[in-house]
Amino acid sequence: MLEIKKRYVIPGDVIIEGNYRPLMNVIKKDNFIIATRIGIAESSKDGIKVIPLSGVYIPRINDIVIGKIVDNSSLSWEVDINACFSAHLPAQDVFGRDFSPAKDDMKKRLAPGDLVTARIITFDRTRDPMLTIQEKDLGKISNGEFLKISSTRVPRLIGKRGSMIQTIEQATQTRILIGQNGILVITGKNDEGIALAFKAIKLVEEEAHTSNLTQKVKDLLNVSEEITQTETNNSSVNNEDYVNNSNPDNNSNNMENDNSSNINTESPKEVQPH
Amino acid sequence: MDQTILIDENGKRTDGRSSDDLRDIKITIGVLKNADGSASIEFGKNKIMVAVYGPREVHPKHMALPDRCVLRCRYHMSPFSTDTRKNPAPSRREVEISKVMREALEPAIMLEDYPRAAIDVFVEVLQADGGSRCAGIAAASVALADAGVNMKDLVAACAAGKVNDKIVLDINDIEDKEGSADMPVAYLPNLEQITLLQLDGILDESQFNECLEKAIHGCKMVYEIQRKALIEKYFGNDLPEGEEKELEENKEN
Repeated sequence: MLEIKKRYVIPGDVIIEGNYRPLMNVIKKDNFIIATRIGIAESSKDGIKVIPLSGVYIPRINDIVIGKIVDNSSLSWEVDINACFSAHLPAQDVFGRDFSPAKDDMKKRLAPGDLVTARIITFDRTRDPMLTIQEKDLGKISNGEFLKISSTRVPRLIGKRGSMIQTIEQATQTRILIGQNGILVITGKNDEGIALAFKAIKLVEEEAHTSNLTQKVKDLLNVSEEITQTETNNSSVNNEDYVNNSNPDNNSNNMENDNSSNINTESPKEVQPH
Repeated sequence: MDQTILIDENGKRTDGRSSDDLRDIKITIGVLKNADGSASIEFGKNKIMVAVYGPREVHPKHMALPDRCVLRCRYHMSPFSTDTRKNPAPSRREVEISKVMREALEPAIMLEDYPRAAIDVFVEVLQADGGSRCAGIAAASVALADAGVNMKDLVAACAAGKVNDKIVLDINDIEDKEGSADMPVAYLPNLEQITLLQLDGILDESQFNECLEKAIHGCKMVYEIQRKALIEKYFGNDLPEGEEKELEENKEN
């Protein structure tokens, strides 16, 4: 099988001819695999995919996102998750089974404007996504600095097994909460650290496609190689593997396939709130 | 007999081009930070800005379609884009161009990937010089790619027409007004499909075929410029060897 490694493509480019399986951001037309996004084409034994370099966030099941409470009805909250669909967080998820719209005051728990980390539990494009906060490390975010980046940069910001984000966190003495939807919340001991983390994140966002990015970030943060190495090894941040979480119902359809997007190469992790 | 000389005895046109030359084209990507995708194009004296938003929520909600995305286009000429002030209210012509533009872009975009959402394309002409709908379509497709919308192909666009009984490529403003036919064409270069074909004027069959062929050839040249602009913006100097060679080859052709 012909190997494709790191080929830059734009929409309409023929990546390869032959009987290959289209995985993500590609379509198959008359035995040609054609890219549908600007990005980096890669082949694996499963098929051909393009890792996109631009685009808005499209929700995927099991993504951990950071959202803002916009409104609430008597049974659920409406949450802005920086996507083309607004998400719903059912009240029962927060209050438990014996939730009664008459008795419980929803605004007391989560008021409009509050930020929450949540996991997307259902979404199939015909209905708005549904969220849950009923898990460890999910829920209301009490404080921190808010920052929005392109969701296509999130895997790069996290880095291979969290290497990039750990480098930034350790060098700037901050904790960075990352939502797959490109929303970040940064907390830290001092303002200088937070400002520096901002800078580093912006650098990653702007130069996400360049090689040797980790080194550039380290140069910006004045980190020497040795320190990060040892610290990274000691760090006990929990890495989640999203690959196995993809919805089994999804067929070879383009967008749903994003479920396993980017992630095979660089598995994202969620930093825990304190 | 005060007619402007559109093609002189040497076969040169009013702006010094020969019949097969495009005007100078320059595409810049990512010129508007607020938009999800943007591009500006200079197509001869045309200057056009395009902003793409989306896929995003549809407002008003009743416009949303359950099975696919809504594509909305707005072509607008700013009041200062022409020498006599243009009324900023959308004219009959602008409504028409918005519609044909939408229909020229729609076949390239995979709208079924974003049901219940909308993609908005705003095309603002800052300076007009004939052939602005083609320039607008070319820039809009680059801006859509910049926005990361799933597309089957880029859309390239270029006009051809008849001037002094001669078929020429890429009609400019004077040739449009004083020439005898103008034919804008939008084309999907990889899929080899035509998504826009208009004709203002009269051509016989052989002239029509020659004109269409010339316009498609122009579209392919426009495509190379679009492609180069995208690759430069996204991959810059980080080009692997193969790609660089490919670009060089394209330049030579």
